[in-house]
Amino acid sequence: MDSLLSLVLLTPLMGMLVLLCLPSANQQAIRLAANIVGLVGFLVSLPLAFRFDANAAGYQFVENIDWIPFLGARYHLGLDGISLLLVMLTTLTGFLAILSSWNAVTDRIKSYYAMLLLLQTGMIGVFLSLDFFLFYVFWEIVLVPMYFLIGVWGGPRKLYAAIKFFLYTLTGSVLMLIAMLVLYFQYHQEFGVYSFGIQELLRISLPAATQQWVFWLLFVGFAIKVPMFPFHTWLPDAHTEAPTAGSVILAAVLLKMGAYGFIRFSLPLLPDAANTALIVQVVVTLSLVGILYGALVSLVQKDWKKLVAYSSVSHLGFCTLGIFSLNPNGLAGSIIQQVNHGISTGMLFLIVGVIYERRHTRDIAEYGGLAHVMPRFATVFAFAMLSSAGLPMLNGFVGEFTILQGAFERNPLWAALGVIGIVLGAAYLLWLFQRTMLGQVTNRKNLGLADLSLREMAIFAPLIVWALWIGIYPKPYFDVLKQPVSQIVERVRPGVYPVPSGVRSVEAATR
Amino acid sequence: MSEFYTALDHLALLPAILLGLFGCAIFLFDFWLFPKASDKGKLTWFVIAAEGFTAVALWRQFAYLQENGLPALVAFRGMLSIDGFTLFFNAMFLVAALLTALISYRYLEQEGEHQGEYYALILLAQCGMFFMAASTELVSLFVGLELMALSFYVLVGFLGRDRRSNEAAMKYFILGSFSSAFLAYGFSLLYGLSGSTRMADIGALLETRPLTDPLLLLAVGSTVVGVLFKLGVAPFHMWVPDIYEGAPTPVTAYLSVASKAAAVAMLLRLFEGPLAGSREMWEPLLATAAVLTITVGNLGALSQSSVKRMLAYSAVAHAGYMLLGLVAGNETGIKGVVLYAFIYTFMNLGAFLVLIGLHRKGIRGENLDDLAGLMRHNGFASIAMLVFLVSLAGIPPTAGFLAKYYIFLALLESGHYYLAVIGVLYVAVAIYYYFRVIRSMFFEEPAVAPRFRMGRGLGFAFATAVAATIGIGIFAEPFVRIAGMTLLR
Repeated sequence: MDSLLSLVLLTPLMGMLVLLCLPSANQQAIRLAANIVGLVGFLVSLPLAFRFDANAAGYQFVENIDWIPFLGARYHLGLDGISLLLVMLTTLTGFLAILSSWNAVTDRIKSYYAMLLLLQTGMIGVFLSLDFFLFYVFWEIVLVPMYFLIGVWGGPRKLYAAIKFFLYTLTGSVLMLIAMLVLYFQYHQEFGVYSFGIQELLRISLPAATQQWVFWLLFVGFAIKVPMFPFHTWLPDAHTEAPTAGSVILAAVLLKMGAYGFIRFSLPLLPDAANTALIVQVVVTLSLVGILYGALVSLVQKDWKKLVAYSSVSHLGFCTLGIFSLNPNGLAGSIIQQVNHGISTGMLFLIVGVIYERRHTRDIAEYGGLAHVMPRFATVFAFAMLSSAGLPMLNGFVGEFTILQGAFERNPLWAALGVIGIVLGAAYLLWLFQRTMLGQVTNRKNLGLADLSLREMAIFAPLIVWALWIGIYPKPYFDVLKQPVSQIVERVRPGVYPVPSGVRSVEAATR
Repeated sequence: MSEFYTALDHLALLPAILLGLFGCAIFLFDFWLFPKASDKGKLTWFVIAAEGFTAVALWRQFAYLQENGLPALVAFRGMLSIDGFTLFFNAMFLVAALLTALISYRYLEQEGEHQGEYYALILLAQCGMFFMAASTELVSLFVGLELMALSFYVLVGFLGRDRRSNEAAMKYFILGSFSSAFLAYGFSLLYGLSGSTRMADIGALLETRPLTDPLLLLAVGSTVVGVLFKLGVAPFHMWVPDIYEGAPTPVTAYLSVASKAAAVAMLLRLFEGPLAGSREMWEPLLATAAVLTITVGNLGALSQSSVKRMLAYSAVAHAGYMLLGLVAGNETGIKGVVLYAFIYTFMNLGAFLVLIGLHRKGIRGENLDDLAGLMRHNGFASIAMLVFLVSLAGIPPTAGFLAKYYIFLALLESGHYYLAVIGVLYVAVAIYYYFRVIRSMFFEEPAVAPRFRMGRGLGFAFATAVAATIGIGIFAEPFVRIAGMTLLR
């Protein structure tokens, strides 16, 4: 059995245990060790990308051993195109988040890095689990380190933000637990054995009415995590108060867990519900409201970090819009957009972090004309901003375009409203750039600011390269996604789209 | 050995005999062997010996059942039944009593109330619990309950110079007697209806009577009230916070886990035994009580500034979850209740350990502020407390999640969807107050640096509780299987 996935999953955890054994007094050694673990964590995940076979159906690198036989819970890991992209995103941003904390965090750094590494294992576990129980365990594990990251190392209102984040997400996930148990119990009734396996659960045939309320239970859990419009209020607080690394990971990875949940669980396990007109309408409406509302609120923010936070609400609205377009374009675009959002918004948060480290304020009005003082910084910011705004040849464009294509196929109105969101997105980002970077230096405190150091450049470099790669040559990404996406679409709306050659149905692929 | 006391009877009764003898021995010889207060700590070794012998006796019972392939060893013509259920619960009582003895001596020394009787009462209370789990007959069940309750009345008031402790003891005694009276009344009616005190006979008779029979309603109703009182279930939960707060903290810990487990054992013996046939009558009652309990417990805990009181309200909420398992009533549910009680023993006892470590002469150390900044002072204790609180809240991969998991699964299996949804939503509420403690320990800066003293006994108890709370969560398999062996049917 191939144990590559376990290696990727457990490297951060093992690193954390090693880190805990180091003496607290030696701060440099702890920093160095944490960075090495982060880098190794990324390096061990690279073989996944090289050895991944885009044409093979089903999951790859599968590991499947008994865990709690009595419950039917298994330690079952596997990787398909969707999880491949998200895992790579996690290992990379996880490493960069650690790297970005070198000077930013000075208090209790051993616990700090330990939390980041534990978080890393939790997030990777969410994307790799093929067992609902295991998935749930990892999903919950993620909450605890994030709670501490916000609560200990966060900004002025950290305590409020931390508990709000925890309570919101937990409320959602306990409802998800109920949904999970309903599916589990149904499987037992039909087949006489207990199983949490995602592939096994595909075989159950729930009545349509049950599917619908199970869908809503799952929906609350995932929608809070994404977050979708009425459930988003934890996000600005958590993002704003979290330390930079925490914000980066929150934006880049944690929010993707919700969208991933929709793709991995809601659609394939409850296909009839997901295809119901009412449900599609509600979810899409909430997505569109989220896109527009997030963008409008971003426009009026005075706080740099809060602006980026609200922009996440808008961008994630595109992801859910794409998912519930329920066609190959929408779905593939949504997944690519998730990666894009991780790259661009991760960069934007890092940028806020860089400036906050120097000036200790996030008030946009405090800045202006920084391009004169920090030219390298301004260049990187311009790049991140354009990538987030969806300029062609950069990554954001590819994702948004494909999503809108998918939305247009279903309903041109959706696409029209989405386009307004893009326009607004460009507006608030450009205006932010203008207010902070362009013009003359109005605030004397900003005159002596140091430009990006080599370490900081090293943080941005891989993200910039990745953004360009997706923007210029996205074909490998679409190739990787072709199999899983058409399987899901075929399952939710059988026969509507021609299945590309070489793609087998989910049922067949999992036999 | 005679016809009335056979070798098997002896085997069945041996743990109770040992506990009683050791308890009485402490009463008799304590002042003679250890006249000085500073020597009283040695009595913990005595308790360890007592528990060791009891463990051997329980093991022999288990071995007997295994060798003969029997489901139960019935003694005294159906008065006691030694089965998987009895043994499992007694193992739980044993662990709880042992850990309580280990964590008590420093606390009592600091309070200047180090008396040998304390340990004797712990053992006698455990002796009473033995009967509560083992009895299949009403009189011995009631006597066991009273033995436990009387021991606890004294234990709760053990700090004779502390007004809170005295008040708590008085309240507990009055309310406890009141509830015992209800139970006795219910039992007497059941006896009057069936002409027998044996549960099997009562069960057989109840099946022949219509459920609308007012006499039956009265009998079952009073019994339910009495049992729910002991379990601390709303609307009979009023005594819990005051008594938990006033009692010496080690006693609170013991009370909250062992006495609760014993009440659960009694509950299951009655409701899965003779009253199983009248489920239609009591199920809605219990379901309502369970929802009310979870609500009252969680909402009450939200506003507490004393951690001890908060844990008291959370204990009420946990009793509600255990009750939900019984409401579900299927195999998963009953297994869930047993597992819940088992896991609760470790995690709740663990949470009290931190308060005991913070306790000093003249300083109670049980407010949220007293825990502030504990992380910087004693990392191990804080992380252990984190594990216990996360487990109490029911977050995986700790054992507390497994406990709740079974309850919810059982509710879904038996079609109680609304109860399941209500149950999980209150988990989110519970997070809030448990995490206030975590916030205090990890995020806040203390006005005065907390002083935490970890003795040998406390250290051992800490290690055991942490290992169990994490271990059961991750390596759940053997525990789930053992809990499955306790099913009464």
